Amino acid sequence: MKSNGQLKIIHKKDLNFWQKIYLTEILKGIKLTLAQVFRPKFTRQYPEERWNPPASFRGRPVLVEQNDVERCVACGLCARVCPALAIEVQASESEYWKERYPVKFEINMLRCIFCGFCEEVCPEEAIVMSQEYELTFHSQEEAIFGKDKLLVPVEKLKDRLEFLRKYR
Amino acid sequence: MDILIVLIKIAVVLVTFLTTVAYVVLLERRLAAGIQNRIGPNRVGWQGVLQPLADVVKLVMKEDIVPAQANRFIHDLAPMISIFAALVTFAVVPFGNTIELFGQQIKLQIASVNIGVLYILAFASLGVYGLTLSGWSSNNKYSLLGGLRSSAQMISYELSMGLSIIGVVMIAGSVELDKIVLAQSGWKWNLILQPIGFITFVVAAFAETNRTPFDLPEAEQELVAGYHTEYTGLKFGLFYLSEYANMLTSSALTTTLFLGGWQIPYAENFGLPAFWLSVFQVLSFCMKTLLVIVFFIIIRWTIPRFRYDQLMNLGWKVMLPLSVLNILLTGLVMLLIN
Repeated sequence: MKSNGQLKIIHKKDLNFWQKIYLTEILKGIKLTLAQVFRPKFTRQYPEERWNPPASFRGRPVLVEQNDVERCVACGLCARVCPALAIEVQASESEYWKERYPVKFEINMLRCIFCGFCEEVCPEEAIVMSQEYELTFHSQEEAIFGKDKLLVPVEKLKDRLEFLRKYR
Repeated sequence: MDILIVLIKIAVVLVTFLTTVAYVVLLERRLAAGIQNRIGPNRVGWQGVLQPLADVVKLVMKEDIVPAQANRFIHDLAPMISIFAALVTFAVVPFGNTIELFGQQIKLQIASVNIGVLYILAFASLGVYGLTLSGWSSNNKYSLLGGLRSSAQMISYELSMGLSIIGVVMIAGSVELDKIVLAQSGWKWNLILQPIGFITFVVAAFAETNRTPFDLPEAEQELVAGYHTEYTGLKFGLFYLSEYANMLTSSALTTTLFLGGWQIPYAENFGLPAFWLSVFQVLSFCMKTLLVIVFFIIIRWTIPRFRYDQLMNLGWKVMLPLSVLNILLTGLVMLLIN
């Protein structure tokens, strides 16, 4: 330790007799460890008790569905920004007010790294990170999510959308 | 008829012993979890009571891998030596007084060997062959280091273990374990008469069974898994089993030598029928052994591992002089009293 430019030597206190023969210290240690047994446990019994993530959590990306139509206008920015090249978009024309829509929108969940860039770049707030974190597949084909799996009604994504408006 | 009784005794004790060993594993896992503020295995059966069974099934089903350059014969033999040494030691431990069943007086001890303590020391030190040979035959540097460490450790602590028992033998005037238990009637437990001997024996027992704080032969952080790094499946299971069997045996020995064995202090005066007295005595033996096992487990999660040089220092510079001193003190006190 340094104080007023001089090195100060700190001597360790010698152990006293009872500390030297260990036994009392061991008994103290046992008291400490045994006391832990009766304290509340941290374990979550997973399949029964699930974790509800906060709104800031980046789960699997989903497409926002409003009035039975996706908000997406197939601009392709998400596919462009995706660092893992997980998104594939094919645009087409429609007779709705928004004129463009994705005829094909696929996210390869094996490639997705949950960075949230797609959500950040989206001008229409059409792709957002959901709170779902349970993603398991039996095959590689199953892991490529098409529009059928990606579309989620806007009511279910309220938390995330509110969070985005507040903090972005 | 006599041989039949012996065979039945062996079968009953062996089955009970192995089941207990399996449940000691569960007890350790649950208690360790409790100490770390976790819950532990509680899925298989009610509160995880079938977990040991599931573990055994898993280990038996696994592939048995032998390293390419390993000495196959010794690699197979080593776990068997380990489990043999662990099981055979229990044979001389008296777990109760005589009991009368179907008009037969049955001594509750598999073999009353007249060299009792010597037999235990001989077979307990045989266990080191299992560890050393497994380390050598695996053709793996971590295994070899683990095996070497275990042999050095065992030899160092064998000495103080043997010497700490001598005090007990002096008091009982016999090396037979049933006589040692009988000498501890009433309050005369060796825990009270031989406090130094008790401490040295328990510390040596920790070292002999390779339990923390002396689990250097399998120190995970340095040696992967130590002597059983290259073992899988059933053979690994045997090592695992023998570790816990060793623990159970040394707990039973601690009970027998220092905690009065199957004795319940002054139980003869309660006026119980002879049969029930024997049953309660066996139960008291089980309870004491269980307490020692719980102590073993708690110590594992309380004290960090010793360094190798600290282990040797403790063994040769502290434990050995202490146990010699204990013999001197015992002799002196016995001389003064008589």
